[in-house]
Amino acid sequence: MAAESADVVVIGAGIHGCSTALHLALRGASVIVIEKDHAGRHASGVNAGGVRQLARHVAEIPLSIASMEIWERIGDLVDDDCGFECHGQVLVAETEAELEEFGVRVADLQRRGFTHEELIDKAELQRVLPAVAETCPGGIISRRDGAAQPYRTTQAFRRAASRHGVRFLEGVRVTGLARSGRAWRIGTTSGDFLAPKVVNAAGAWAGRFAAMIGEPVPLEVIAPMLMITSRVERFIDPVVILRSRKLSFKQFPNGTVLIGGGHLGRAFPEANRTILDWGKLQESARTVWELFPVMREAAIVRAWAGIEARMRDDIPVVGPSHKAEGIFHQFGFSAHGFQLGPGTGAVMAELLTTGRTNVPLQALDIGRFAGHSRAVV
Amino acid sequence: MSGHEFKDAYDVVVVGAGAAGLAAAAEIARAGLDTLLVDENAGPGGQIYRAITTTPVRKREILGDEFWNGAALVDEVRSSGASVTQTATVWSLDADLMLGISWGGRSRNVSARRVVVATGAMERPFPIPGWILPGVMTAGAVQTLLKSSGLLPAGRTVVAGTGPLLWLLSAQILRAGGAIDAILDTTPRGSLTRALPYASGFLLSPLFAKGLALRSEVMRKVRVVRHVTELVAAGGDKLETVTFATRQGAKATLPADALLLHQGVVPNTMLAMAAGVAHRWDERQLCWSPVLDQDGRSSIEGIFVAGDGAGIAGALAAELRGRLAGLAVVRDLRPGYESSETQSIRQKLQREERARPFLDVMFQPPREMRAPADDTIVCRCEEVTAGEVRKAARLGCAGPNQLKAFLRTGMGPCQGRLCGLTLTELLAEANGVAPGEVGHLRVRPPVKPISLSELAEMPVSEAATKAVVRG
Repeated sequence: MAAESADVVVIGAGIHGCSTALHLALRGASVIVIEKDHAGRHASGVNAGGVRQLARHVAEIPLSIASMEIWERIGDLVDDDCGFECHGQVLVAETEAELEEFGVRVADLQRRGFTHEELIDKAELQRVLPAVAETCPGGIISRRDGAAQPYRTTQAFRRAASRHGVRFLEGVRVTGLARSGRAWRIGTTSGDFLAPKVVNAAGAWAGRFAAMIGEPVPLEVIAPMLMITSRVERFIDPVVILRSRKLSFKQFPNGTVLIGGGHLGRAFPEANRTILDWGKLQESARTVWELFPVMREAAIVRAWAGIEARMRDDIPVVGPSHKAEGIFHQFGFSAHGFQLGPGTGAVMAELLTTGRTNVPLQALDIGRFAGHSRAVV
Repeated sequence: MSGHEFKDAYDVVVVGAGAAGLAAAAEIARAGLDTLLVDENAGPGGQIYRAITTTPVRKREILGDEFWNGAALVDEVRSSGASVTQTATVWSLDADLMLGISWGGRSRNVSARRVVVATGAMERPFPIPGWILPGVMTAGAVQTLLKSSGLLPAGRTVVAGTGPLLWLLSAQILRAGGAIDAILDTTPRGSLTRALPYASGFLLSPLFAKGLALRSEVMRKVRVVRHVTELVAAGGDKLETVTFATRQGAKATLPADALLLHQGVVPNTMLAMAAGVAHRWDERQLCWSPVLDQDGRSSIEGIFVAGDGAGIAGALAAELRGRLAGLAVVRDLRPGYESSETQSIRQKLQREERARPFLDVMFQPPREMRAPADDTIVCRCEEVTAGEVRKAARLGCAGPNQLKAFLRTGMGPCQGRLCGLTLTELLAEANGVAPGEVGHLRVRPPVKPISLSELAEMPVSEAATKAVVRG
């Protein structure tokens, strides 16, 4: 039986796989996306939805800025506003010492030409976040940031990609990657596919494909936890994050409040399951209790965790394989990849179709893990 | 029976003090295992034996002989050595056998080597136009008030729906001196014919004679309209009228102050689902049931499900299932502990269960009352209509978890308890696939909301943070 072929096969229909597929199709490529569950089933569908340039690792900032430009006209691209709301994000300093460190960071970013982060004093903090505890001396704001609805966004990218001719195979698992002449033969539970180029956007499951082509990476499978409250009266517009304690905090337009920040449960990627750690969720609840007294009587209605990949250095792997020509990596976003999806997809499509991109990706290159002997999957 | 502090760990935690939970806890504690029975009501008994120790209804015949069977079960637990805590809500259970329990406004984590989930049944959602109006109640809620406080619905009362409990509740209301203006029976025409192939098991069951007697007792006193195909509750800020139609074309409107709705009970699967227990669609009972072995062992190691939560079979079967699960737990944790009873309990259970297929088919609620017309609200928390769900299906929504992103259904405080089955059936119908393929809402803890303060103040014990060793 002849294997079906395409210009590019994308493994994984998360926000990254869907975005790359859409941008490739817009550049005229034929694309097949292979997803073992359904689009947005894991981290892309259940994350906190933060659309954040704030407080990123310097290596990610160019991708983040490229993404932000797409977020601001997201409806034009995918015909859905994705629930994107721009009310800024604020990194709150809990102590004077912390505020001082923040000042150093903002000055450093400005020397590098990045102006999206702005240091604010206590008065401005109280103005943008009237509900925050008065003990907080200031913070950093990124005013163009905001939040969107993650599952809806991933589905919007999936639908837009479909409209542009991308084929999605959901419930199909990739079982092998092998050279076949100039192309790659992608073995799946639903037959073989041939493509000269393959994008590994498999999130928590990406390590096994990197290992398959002889390029193992230190990838840890994590389960960041979130919880959401009942509706409370609107009291906060921007997304709030902390530095020393793990917390992110945001109120949706319907009044519910999402509490996250990176406390981890346990992931069972083979079973698509997670187990929550209530001891750590208790810490999150306590932090909110202290910083936002108005939240004390709110009810917690749901808690959950997504399954995500984290790299040792907490920044993703983006770019071509060093071991296998035609394979491109796009994974390991370490629990902050949602905002990067739109822009990284555009950059990957540029890289695959033209062989180059102006967005600097060196620091995200997989070569930094060369010599790593076995994958942690 | 309440008020003590919890320990960090028990051999066994039994959730729910209805027929199954009481029997399981008694069997387990009798074998000398450290057993905690937690229940969210004021007293033991569950729904069938609700308020068995405290009910102000003293005349035995009002609630019927079966109700009073519960007293013996409660005595059995009291002498077994089990710790029993009432008014405690279990809001989380996971595959590590860690439970989150709220009691007296405070929460704590408790771990166990085995957990028996005996969370019983809940009423099947009954989405009709106007079901969210004050004055429209579930029959079960009314039965709760009668048993625990001796209260009866006031004013003009209409009972509507189908199922054996509809007749039991009506009889209980009438015996207690209440009045019912009409019973609108939605059991579809032809149900008896469809159920007849299963009749042999039922005819041999004592339920047969009891059911007939209840029905004729009620029909002597109340006007009953059969084969009702349409039901609409209407009113301004509260219920004023109930309009109905029958297949014969009759249409009428009754003034009403109270409308009691009931179309059967289904397993309350919330806690088992939150723990990750595998469930399957039951084609006859039209609901999700946990996948279990003959002793109630689930797909998650160490978690057992017993009672109506394991599939609807009534109070006696629930008790037997509780005993079987209890004895299986004891065999797990006390190797060598032998009970001669297991075989005879299994045989009794089989006899009890034999009556079910007939009842399941006879009282299958009509499709139009499970997957209602487009303008009917199906998700009460987010006020989503059946039409919106069908529209989402046309846009490519395949299952209830994807539907959350479209409509927020199942994301409100009820966690899908009141809409989950309706959503599965609506999506199955719209997409032309079996409900079992559509799947169920993933239930996320807490299965009952807890306040942020309560979580913030939860003590985090050393034992709770260690990996649990299961014997």
